[in-house]
Amino acid sequence: MEQQVDATGFAMWLFLLTEIMFFGGLFTAYLIYRNWYYPAFVAGSHQLSILWGTLNTGVLITSSFTMAMGVWCAETRRKGGLVLCLVLTFLLGLVFLGIKTIEYSEKIEKHHVPGFHYSLKSFTDPNSDEAAKTAGDKPLPLDMARHTEMYFGLYFAMTGMHALHMIIGIAILAFMIVRAQAGAYTTGHITFVENFGLYWHFVDIVWIFLFPLLYLISRHG
Amino acid sequence: MSAPHQTHGHTQTENGNEHGEHLHIVPPRIYIIVGTTLLIFTAITVWASYLELGVFNPVIALFIACLKATIVVLFFMHVKYSSKLTKLTVGAGLFTFLTLIAMTLADYFTRAWGRW
Amino acid sequence: MSTIISLPDQSTARIPKVNFITKENGLLSWLLTGDHKRIAMLYLASITFFFAIGGALAGLIRLELLTPQSDLMATDTYNKVFTMHGVVMIFLFLVPSVPATLGNFLIPIMIGAKDLALPKINLLSWYLYVAGGIMVLYTMAAGGVDTGWTFTTPLSTHYLNTNVLSTGIAIFIAGFSSIFTGLNFIVTIHKMRAPGMTWFRLPLFVWSHYAASILMVLGTPVLAIALVLVILERTMGIGVFDAAKGGDPILFQHLFWFYSHPAVYIMILPGMGVISEVISTFSRKRVFGYTAVAFSSVAIAVFGFFVWEHHMFIMGVSTYSTLVFSLLTMLVAVPSAIKIFNWSFTLYKGSITFETPMLYAFGFMGLFTIGGLTGVFLGTTGTDIHLTETYFIVAHFHFVMVGGMLMAFLAGIHFWWPKMTGRMYPEKISQLAALITFIGFNFTFFPQFILGTLGMPRRYAAYPAEFQVLNVFSTAGATILGVGYLLPILYLTWSLRYGEIAGNNPWQATGLEWQIQSPPLTENFAEIPIVDHDAYDYDWLERKHVHEREVTSV
Repeated sequence: MEQQVDATGFAMWLFLLTEIMFFGGLFTAYLIYRNWYYPAFVAGSHQLSILWGTLNTGVLITSSFTMAMGVWCAETRRKGGLVLCLVLTFLLGLVFLGIKTIEYSEKIEKHHVPGFHYSLKSFTDPNSDEAAKTAGDKPLPLDMARHTEMYFGLYFAMTGMHALHMIIGIAILAFMIVRAQAGAYTTGHITFVENFGLYWHFVDIVWIFLFPLLYLISRHG
Repeated sequence: MSAPHQTHGHTQTENGNEHGEHLHIVPPRIYIIVGTTLLIFTAITVWASYLELGVFNPVIALFIACLKATIVVLFFMHVKYSSKLTKLTVGAGLFTFLTLIAMTLADYFTRAWGRW
Repeated sequence: MSTIISLPDQSTARIPKVNFITKENGLLSWLLTGDHKRIAMLYLASITFFFAIGGALAGLIRLELLTPQSDLMATDTYNKVFTMHGVVMIFLFLVPSVPATLGNFLIPIMIGAKDLALPKINLLSWYLYVAGGIMVLYTMAAGGVDTGWTFTTPLSTHYLNTNVLSTGIAIFIAGFSSIFTGLNFIVTIHKMRAPGMTWFRLPLFVWSHYAASILMVLGTPVLAIALVLVILERTMGIGVFDAAKGGDPILFQHLFWFYSHPAVYIMILPGMGVISEVISTFSRKRVFGYTAVAFSSVAIAVFGFFVWEHHMFIMGVSTYSTLVFSLLTMLVAVPSAIKIFNWSFTLYKGSITFETPMLYAFGFMGLFTIGGLTGVFLGTTGTDIHLTETYFIVAHFHFVMVGGMLMAFLAGIHFWWPKMTGRMYPEKISQLAALITFIGFNFTFFPQFILGTLGMPRRYAAYPAEFQVLNVFSTAGATILGVGYLLPILYLTWSLRYGEIAGNNPWQATGLEWQIQSPPLTENFAEIPIVDHDAYDYDWLERKHVHEREVTSV
């Protein structure tokens, strides 16, 4: 039994390794294009809301805290505490997704979604755009303005992939809350909670990197 | 939550195994410290992004992000209290991740050097 | 000719009544099983099916190439045929071949465990494989995809409107099958070894699967993200590889080959594990330089991550990076060579016999060496410029994959057939089949080296008339090769009913799998063994037999 317990934790770490490599491809692409198209990435980054981004980062960090506390409750057999922590983690996850929805809607409205309807107006004429004006952006030459689509392509690919992982996590949390309430995790069989905790913290770590890379490009000046 | 919490170290008697997993229950105190640190670092990184630091802006941002990730891995994910195997596994993942990025970027950075 | 085959008295021998096959009956008991041996059998059936499809596609390729014109099929169709041949053979046959069948079956037994660490994940892995396979079949029915198995951008993202999406999804799913298999093996080998089974007492088969599993876990996800990005580009206009949007098509190749180079080691390492076992058994000698072979497996896995750009030398990467990757490619050849040397020294002064698994193993050693050496020519940037994208490359990878890996797979299937089924295959016809395969293989693929150096490009349905003679040779060889592969499918199936009863250890081999009944019990061991000897310890085996004889004679 002990062996089995030890094994699933190791298995979950190996799975997280696959996730590191999966996101690794996206980070590689990001680093290359940020290097090639820096002014476009700056302008693109200025289109994101620091308020929502920072808030979301805080939300996720807090949810990691509540998840870790949940694992502690499971380890110390506190059923009520565990359920509370899982519910809080669940709700914070939903808040994160809610804020992301707000951000995505704004991007859709402003035609900053890559594809057929992508608009360069915010970048060739920054005065027409609230966010660009506040950031004091200068107009970009046309070819560099076109490269903002690459920035947003990576923005949606990376945050979208992250959000997909959040959705899966939240779904599993819902399942765990029901099971926790039935006492499944407070009788010594805590591996499911522990291993899910590892997954949840990993998703948090991805965001810890996404936040500065996407939101905080050259905010000064 | 006033029940006595487990101490650090490998002196546990229940479920003893040689890897140190599940022996060690990380106390909430640690989680509170780590969580608060993470929030503070988030604030710092946002504040630092508004300073004019030239090429050091992304360096500092990434450095702080790495610090945050490290404490999440060590404490929230219990790696500090885990077996050598777990630490090795995390290291292997990081190493391969860095290999992918570094060796791919090596192509991109050296293209501008011309043919020979 | 002498043989080491030692079968029980056929008039009294019986297949053990209780074994993993008879344990439970009914389709669901197989489809919902957690037993690693049943899952291995499920995999064996499915990969044989896809091998037949891939083989048929190969037949079509060789038929078309009989004549210089594109007369059997339109060039677009030809492109689809070789693409599907590559996709099916690599992802649905070679990658899972030894690990998912022999690895799944044998690893728990070889380490003295009752099953893998995660049986449900093992079953999931098979279902993912089947799902991927069905998607590929759907793709073929829907008209196929013609990008080449390498999905090079921007061809796959912009210039072709064939079923790139469904194939991408199929490979993505099949990739997860591979990841879960590797994950399971790593956990099992670390956590479930029997008492006394230290790392350095493990059979080399286990070491090679451990190394391959590391590659599966760390490499496959990068292929996954490469495919996802192609899908995003085709469906949502996220132009990460799109030059018109400032993207770099070469980035796809970096991500694709970051997996696909380690993939070739995923394919060959398990085969090398088989060869270690076979060569030891049929020379009655421990493998020379056990530690070197074990470490070289891991070295191949680690170094295998550092060389992928050698598939891209002509694609427009920086010349300085080609220097570095070329050097690293030379280094990665060293551990493979170490293995060949160690197997050769194992043979030296051994008591060699020529049963079928050993014939395949000899074929492997010769053909893999040739294939591997030609890899060195390709790893040298200067010569690669001339040889890449010609038939030289096609010959190179078929020598290592078919002459190497497929022969190792057949060696393994024959070697462990008596263990898995309780019955021996017919020795004479199988030796003949091995010979036919070897001859057919050389006729098929050796001319392709020459064609490549003469300049015939790969992936062309029509070629200059001066290349026809060699192409006809190659197709003739392919026909012979086809017979060589058909025969085992036939006689192995025949042997299930009519083969001689094998008993526990027809080969007098060491290894825990040979000390239990054939076919094994569901739980493998009645009692978990306590291991007190090294791998390939023929003295221990001899002492054990003497002891058993003494006990029965008293």
